[in-house]
Amino acid sequence: MPLILTRELVKEYRMGSYTIAALRGVSLEIGTGEFVAVMGPSGSGKSTFMNLLGCLDSPTSGEYFLAGEKVSELSGDALAATRNRRIGFVFQNFNLLPRTSAVENVELPLLYGHCPAVERRRRAMARLTEVGLAERAHHHPQQLSGGQQQRVAIARALVNEPALILADEPTGALDTRTSCELMGLLQQLNRGGMAVVLVTHERDVAAFASRVVSFRDGHVVDDQRVARPADAREMLREFDLAVA
Amino acid sequence: MTWLAGIRIALRALRVNKLRSTLTMLGIIIGVAAVITMISIGSGAQARVEEQIKSLGSNLILLLPGSVTSGGVRMGAGSRNTLTEDDAYAIQREVAEVAVAAPHLRGTGQVVAGSNNWSTVFYGVSPGYFEARNWVIATGAGFEPADLTGSAKVALVGETVARNLFGDADPIGQVIRIRKVPFTVIGTLERKGQSLMGQDQDDVILMPISTARNRVLGGHTARQRTVGAVFVKVREDANMADAESEIRTLLRQRHRLQAGAEDDFTLRNLSEVLSAREESSRIMTLLLAAVASVSLLVGGIGIMNIMLVSVTERTREIGLRMAVGARARDILTQFLVEAVTLALIGGLLGIVLGVGGSYAVGHFAEWRTELNAQAILLAVSFAAAVGVFFGFYPARKASRLLPIEALRYE
Repeated sequence: MPLILTRELVKEYRMGSYTIAALRGVSLEIGTGEFVAVMGPSGSGKSTFMNLLGCLDSPTSGEYFLAGEKVSELSGDALAATRNRRIGFVFQNFNLLPRTSAVENVELPLLYGHCPAVERRRRAMARLTEVGLAERAHHHPQQLSGGQQQRVAIARALVNEPALILADEPTGALDTRTSCELMGLLQQLNRGGMAVVLVTHERDVAAFASRVVSFRDGHVVDDQRVARPADAREMLREFDLAVA
Repeated sequence: MTWLAGIRIALRALRVNKLRSTLTMLGIIIGVAAVITMISIGSGAQARVEEQIKSLGSNLILLLPGSVTSGGVRMGAGSRNTLTEDDAYAIQREVAEVAVAAPHLRGTGQVVAGSNNWSTVFYGVSPGYFEARNWVIATGAGFEPADLTGSAKVALVGETVARNLFGDADPIGQVIRIRKVPFTVIGTLERKGQSLMGQDQDDVILMPISTARNRVLGGHTARQRTVGAVFVKVREDANMADAESEIRTLLRQRHRLQAGAEDDFTLRNLSEVLSAREESSRIMTLLLAAVASVSLLVGGIGIMNIMLVSVTERTREIGLRMAVGARARDILTQFLVEAVTLALIGGLLGIVLGVGGSYAVGHFAEWRTELNAQAILLAVSFAAAVGVFFGFYPARKASRLLPIEALRYE
């Protein structure tokens, strides 16, 4: 059973008397452990697709199964629970709570998952350690660099041990080297068995994925497996050598 | 999400915007403080009236002698000595509704004890006087029947008199001279405080009515056995109006007044006067509380205003919380708790300010104020209710945001 299965997903927006179709029937399967880059020009429907995958929005028609559960017909509260347990989000602009320490930001999904406070802190600290920010746990986002903030956001996405990481242009606000580090982190998670779906419009970033799905005008126009994805760790090493 | 976590989130959000939170709370603080202070002023006034009623005695009718008409000029109540001691005893004997009818004779004069002297009022009274006026003997003994029949030179002194003549020493057994007549003090009267008119009711000496008549006042009071006033206490279960009309009938009969003639006495129902006063002070309390409540309401609108701003400002935060798993209910709780926390903290600070304010009014304006636990509880629960009521709309607005739109909000 695939982790993600969509059948003829359609999403239409009503703007006054116009109806704009953002997705015009997308059928896609993504397996557990895949690293998929979703590409396409703006307006191609890739963001809409991501919102549907993330259970942030409901399709106009079509079906969406996530880990065997028919998500496309769940109510608001059930969708919230699904987001909480199965999906981790990484956003372009990090979306950390301001004036709230890193560890408390990481704890946030656990707070809504009814996890006791002690357990919450323990798990959040463990995740922060994984992303290498244990010693920054009590810093506020504004005291952290962009790359560090994005790592906090990844720790937050991971804290509930989701099956799927959805990353929406995660490198959009980062420089090349930091982007490379971040992609290395995502690749490492992917190797651990977590599915990663990444929206990007940069070929360099998509090159790290094992599968590239291209959108245009609300359709999937291209779906290719990458035989040998770029290895972020290797690239980072080369990068450092070049600088030296 | 637990309530405790909700309160922590709310406190953090309030801390982030300290100035704004404080200003918002100020409305509630002032509102609660105003309610508490106003109610304490009101119940202070009420308590004072109640005390006066108690000191006067309940179900009391005051009988005063009638007026003299001289050449068309009427001289006012008490200008003619028409009431006699026997009238009082007749009322007690013949009117079933009356518990006790006690006459008194009033005089003023200089009182001397050792090297001290003091000008005061003295009353010659019958034994029933103490019951009628709810007056208790604090120390020593009251009058014996023999004191009355024998016009004994014994006196009871009020607190003010005792203090002025004897200081801290025990007055009992001491000799005082009232208008040069030596008396033995046999007891002291319990403190009664101010009268309705603001007179010191403890600046007084009581003696048997026969002693006052025969040994101190003399003159026509002795010959005609007239009295200055009669206090009539009506039985608890009796109807005041019935008692009044029976007393009036009896007195008219005894004074042989023609059917059309005016009363030669004045009959005053003191309890009625007082309960009207009590009622008006109760209404004043309510009115003060109502006015103060308006400021609490205004404070509530302030909370709503700020919460609406806060929801708009934090739209992205709401979107993020929803993305990581917050249900609409969690968001509603968060903002509601925030509003109620604002109101409750404001309420608690308001209590402090209100209690302080009521002491300040009591101290500086010298008004009697009375703190009322119920009023404090009421004000704070009202504040919390204001928080819930005015917090609900912004909180619901926040909870109804769509996660995707909230996340994209700039």
